[in-house]
Amino acid sequence: MSKKSEAPSNRKAGRRSPLATVALLTIGLLSTGGAYALFTTSATAETSAAADAQIEEGGKLFAANCATCHGMALQGTSQAPSLIGVGAAAVDFQVGTGRMPLAATGPQGEQKPVQFTAEQISALSAYVASRGTGPGIPDEKYLQGDGDAAVGAELFRINCAMCHNVAGAGGALTEGKFAPPLSGVEPAYIYEAMVTGPQNMPVFNDHNISPEDKANIITYLKFLDNTTSVGGFGLGDIGPVSEGLFIWIFGLGAIVAITVWLTAKSN
Amino acid sequence: MTTTQEPQTAAVEPTRGTRFTGWAANYIDERTSISGLVKEVGRKIFPDHWSFMLGEVALYSFIVILLSGTFLTFFFQASMVPVIYDGSWVPLKGIEMSAAMDSTLNLSFDIRGGLLMRQVHHWAALLFVASIGLHMLRVFFTGAFRKPREINWIIGFVLFILAMLEGFTGYSLPDDLLSGNGLRIIDGMVKGVPIVGTWISYLVFGGEFPGTDIVGRLYTVHILLAPAILVALLGVHMLLLIVNKHTQFAGPGRTNDNVVGVPIMPVFAAKAGGFFFIIFGVIVLIASFFQINPIWVYGPYDPSPVSAGTQPDWYIGFADGALRLVPPGWEVELGVFTLSLNIMVPLLILPIFLALVAFYPFFEAWVTGDKREHHIADRPRNAPTRTAIGAAGVTFYAVLWAAASSDLIATHFKLTIEGVINACQVLLIIGPIIAYFVTKRICLALQKKDREIALHGYESGRIVRLPGGEYIEVHEQLDEYERWKLVSYSDYKPLMLRPDAKGRITFGQRLRAVASGWFFEDRIEPVTSTEIERSHSDH
Repeated sequence: MSKKSEAPSNRKAGRRSPLATVALLTIGLLSTGGAYALFTTSATAETSAAADAQIEEGGKLFAANCATCHGMALQGTSQAPSLIGVGAAAVDFQVGTGRMPLAATGPQGEQKPVQFTAEQISALSAYVASRGTGPGIPDEKYLQGDGDAAVGAELFRINCAMCHNVAGAGGALTEGKFAPPLSGVEPAYIYEAMVTGPQNMPVFNDHNISPEDKANIITYLKFLDNTTSVGGFGLGDIGPVSEGLFIWIFGLGAIVAITVWLTAKSN
Repeated sequence: MTTTQEPQTAAVEPTRGTRFTGWAANYIDERTSISGLVKEVGRKIFPDHWSFMLGEVALYSFIVILLSGTFLTFFFQASMVPVIYDGSWVPLKGIEMSAAMDSTLNLSFDIRGGLLMRQVHHWAALLFVASIGLHMLRVFFTGAFRKPREINWIIGFVLFILAMLEGFTGYSLPDDLLSGNGLRIIDGMVKGVPIVGTWISYLVFGGEFPGTDIVGRLYTVHILLAPAILVALLGVHMLLLIVNKHTQFAGPGRTNDNVVGVPIMPVFAAKAGGFFFIIFGVIVLIASFFQINPIWVYGPYDPSPVSAGTQPDWYIGFADGALRLVPPGWEVELGVFTLSLNIMVPLLILPIFLALVAFYPFFEAWVTGDKREHHIADRPRNAPTRTAIGAAGVTFYAVLWAAASSDLIATHFKLTIEGVINACQVLLIIGPIIAYFVTKRICLALQKKDREIALHGYESGRIVRLPGGEYIEVHEQLDEYERWKLVSYSDYKPLMLRPDAKGRITFGQRLRAVASGWFFEDRIEPVTSTEIERSHSDH
């Protein structure tokens, strides 16, 4: 098994010089613009050897864990899409949140315990990124949650709330698919989801929502995470349905219990 | 009562307090002759059964709504003038919104006690409509709408509609995203009316939706028009309640001509006062601990975004559900006109359903042909067809209600939203039918059980071996009081078709005979005293 998985990656590495891979990576990242500044700096000459080793490690992991569905050359199969050009961000999101590798096919890949270590995920990301240009790992400066929450909130309501709900509580999509709740999601994953549009989510590229505005949206979501629910317990933040159920079951339930109690003794 | 107390009070020297109340009562009575009214109303009897307190719950939550609502009017600006928000809630700072939304946010974050009052008002409103609903169900299932109370049923029904109107207009006032989405649905429904729809929409919104008038108009309806009618009808409702007196469940000493319970003065008044504060307390407790309608999360209204999980408050849910359950493609193009059956059908079904609720008492009175007054509340099982019709209605309503939260059912129970909608579509038709037959069978079975117990007593669990070797279980007989509860109910037989004075059988009579057959064909006759005597001699 391990031999099989090693063989193709070795062959691929043999076909290109190590510098060619770095050059490809650098060109790809430069073309996607300033958002990937951090990543391009990491791909400088002195780290290229380490990067090569990482890509090689990622290749092995890919062949062992992903290639069955996505194909040895990332070309995709009838079971899964091609990964050429999805970028490091897509891999980091899908694998980092445990959605990939899939446990079973279903309406959509669901979050589950993460299968790989952080190093393995970076290796996988680097490997996939090395096979085609795509969005990279987001710059730390956009993930601090120090942007403008008001702008973020407005963008969130306009672009995200129709699926994820205004409070980020999630919502239903067609055929059993759903937009997941957003509370407690790490800023990097929020950013990566926006640039890569995982599964049923549309892509919000940098022309659509600028990196600064993505940072604003993250700021708003972090604000919601870090603010105690105003006015008491939020009842799941799903609006009037839970409020209605609450008043019928607990409100009226308590009051009926009181009326039974008040009239009990005299009978 | 007063005569028995007089010697006692005479023996004690009246204190300064008693002298003052005596003087004050006299002063007022001499100028208003109120003592007649107090004598009349003060002897109003309230039976002791928990289900008779549900109307009170509605009344008290309405008082809480009036109190908290008055507070809110001091700070709320019913205006759609655009302002830039500059309050305490960071994620809305610098955002343009209407003055209505701005003032509601200020109420929530910057006015002392404002958020609590908002939440008290909203929770009390939900409780108000819920308790009206439960109160109506109680009245329906115990047959308390029968003569002479049909008019009060109609008034109560109008109060229910007004409560929903109050609720919906209140929900729409803050001009947040959720309320705007709700209004947009109303706008869509109005526009779905053929020919005049668009005109009515423009009239209501003062131009193209959302316009700049609607919040002000809704405010007038919400705090003036609807409450004024509501309070007036509430007065009539309670006056008729005193005139008609309460119903009561059958029991020893309880007849069609009396009411057994406690008089309003002083026992009930004291109890009711206490109960009011309990209701008030429960509402404030809920409002203190549970968030409701966080408009700051929804943000100001903007016609473009619609949040996932956008629902109306629970009492409008059945209308939302009706819209969701319409199958796709129900639109007919007639030349240049589009006939929106997808809107017209729910728009027609809902009033028909509500009309059935409103006019049911008259229908049942026509079927039974019963012109007597009824002051003894039915146990639901003793009117199997009515109870079954009620259960079918409740099921119909409940399916519509559930359909309004189809998306949340889908996400929370890991189902597909299409599956939930399809299931609700089927249930909307099949559910009431199943509920009808199941309920009717259960009622008849319970009546049979009651009959069995009345005649033969209940199983004591004591097994006795007779000298001959036979084992029997000893049945304990009910006492007279308990049996009375089981055997006293009005019994109707299917109408026998007979020619009238002119020797004809009219179509109306035939129709009535069919309806009467439907109602009373399956029935368990009440146990007669002869039967009881015979069953006793058997043992």
